[in-house]
Amino acid sequence: MKIHIRLFASLRERLGHAELDREIQAGASVADLLAALESEFPALAGCGRVAYAVNSEYSDTSQTLTDGDELALIPPVSGGRGKLTTS
Amino acid sequence: MFALTKNPIVIDDLLAAVADPKAGATVIFLGTTRNHNEGRDVEELEYEAYAGMAEKELERILEESRERWDVVRIAVAHRIGVVPIGGASVVIAVSAAHRGPAFDAARYTIDRLKEVVPIWKKEHFAGGAVWVGDQAGEKGSWQSTKPAKNSAGEG
Repeated sequence: MKIHIRLFASLRERLGHAELDREIQAGASVADLLAALESEFPALAGCGRVAYAVNSEYSDTSQTLTDGDELALIPPVSGGRGKLTTS
Repeated sequence: MFALTKNPIVIDDLLAAVADPKAGATVIFLGTTRNHNEGRDVEELEYEAYAGMAEKELERILEESRERWDVVRIAVAHRIGVVPIGGASVVIAVSAAHRGPAFDAARYTIDRLKEVVPIWKKEHFAGGAVWVGDQAGEKGSWQSTKPAKNSAGEG
């Protein structure tokens, strides 16, 4: 299945992409796709805290993706004071 | 009403959007770009938004505000792109029958906007630029916080 990936602000600049399309096996979770992205872009691992949104809704990494979903990687928003959770 | 705009925010447009014969008070909050932050002289600020999600999250905040306070109308505009020092980057207008709920809802709306709406700010200063909140090297996730219950008027 194909997932559309959106990158913003510091993440967009560090990875050099605003958007990506990636194929991943059916049933994959956000975490599975992130693992694949970290292999492709080792810099991602050092990009600091990131939140995720699937189809414009904040999601956690256990969420299962479906074909055509849009996954956004969201660095801390401009307040910059989101509650830190460790996962 | 919520607008992301590359152009200067026209405050009169927001006042018109919240004008209503039922309103006895209108509060306007302006967030303006400041020329210093954390010891640096900031030359200009640049904003980037995840359009689509930003509108969705902001609409949710406006619903929360309307549930909590007896407001008549709320309008929000946020700049994207480069905003010079002193420019309004965000404007919130709230009308209500009475001033208390108008102040409270305006405060709540800007506080929540800064917590959850996917808009990022980049400070440009002499010799560099940095995305505010960027903490490269830190691990883990930040989580958008849920609205606290019964926090009306807290501040």
